[in-house]
Amino acid sequence: MNGQLENIAESGFQFFGKIAASISHEIKNVLAIINENAGLLEDLTLMAERGMAIDPQRLKALSQTLMKQVKRADTIIKNMNRFAHSADASLQTVDLNDLIELLVALSNRIAAMRGITLNPKLNQNPMTIRTSPFLLLNLLWLCLDFAMDAAGGDKVVELITEKADGGIQIRFKRIGSPEGVSPFPAEREKRLLDLLKAEMEVSTVNREILVRLSEEVVSHG
Amino acid sequence: MAEKVLIVDDEKDFLEIIAERLGVRGMDVSTATSAEDALHMVEEKSYDVVIMDFMMPAVDGFKALKLLKQKQPEIQIILLTGNVPEQKHIEAKELGALDVIEKPPDLKVLIQKIKKAKKAHPSVRGNKRQERK
Repeated sequence: MNGQLENIAESGFQFFGKIAASISHEIKNVLAIINENAGLLEDLTLMAERGMAIDPQRLKALSQTLMKQVKRADTIIKNMNRFAHSADASLQTVDLNDLIELLVALSNRIAAMRGITLNPKLNQNPMTIRTSPFLLLNLLWLCLDFAMDAAGGDKVVELITEKADGGIQIRFKRIGSPEGVSPFPAEREKRLLDLLKAEMEVSTVNREILVRLSEEVVSHG
Repeated sequence: MAEKVLIVDDEKDFLEIIAERLGVRGMDVSTATSAEDALHMVEEKSYDVVIMDFMMPAVDGFKALKLLKQKQPEIQIILLTGNVPEQKHIEAKELGALDVIEKPPDLKVLIQKIKKAKKAHPSVRGNKRQERK
């Protein structure tokens, strides 16, 4: 049992670290844009002090860029906050659609680095489950990571949420050829599946990973 | 003579403004939003220094660094990083990067590094040797 927990803890730390590194990189990019825009404002002010006219449209464009970047940083931090709070309690009621939206928001930059676009196709109805949000996010991230590694030529991974018998399911579609991809699920994914009472199918024919979750997916055992 | 600088970053709002600020300071600045574009551009024109973001879509900084160095071994490259471990800085330098600077860059420091990069460029070093002779 200790070995299982260590395995899950290691996977959780790796997941947390990966997402935290991506978020900090993105915030640094935002800071760099704000820094350059503030620097250009300073340059323009110095020029104006020497008698050069400042174009009001230029100032307007700079202020709009600054506001856009502040909004971007705010969204990044809100998502980081939601992610951090996903570990608050081992059992919470969540909407799977919200969780997938969060996963996509957290993973977009990582996907872009691999030249991949994430395309969530969420069910119109709420898909409420009682689960461990952090463990489920961890499992879904591992699926997404695998799907991105095996993405087809068009480099798009669809994340589809659906109702299923006695529960709900998520499809990671267009995973492409399995050639050169490590076997899945591995030991840590199996442990996460056990803990979450979830089932998984990897279909190379349908080019998808299917994760089925029962209504209450966390093991109390 | 103006320093010929190529800046490569997928963040357009950063790229355009820093290019303008370096241009105002007398540098001859070109821009590219991807490593692929930068690779084409170095074939068309010679640059004293390439300033390149470490983390870009498709071709990342390490790969781009290797490819640029393969194409033009004499090219001087400064990498800009959002947030990468110190070990990556060392690896980048081992691969031939002249320097690694964290974002957001201090413009004065960046300009110093560009001037240092120009001096380190083999064509400048060669000219100085000839002048001494």
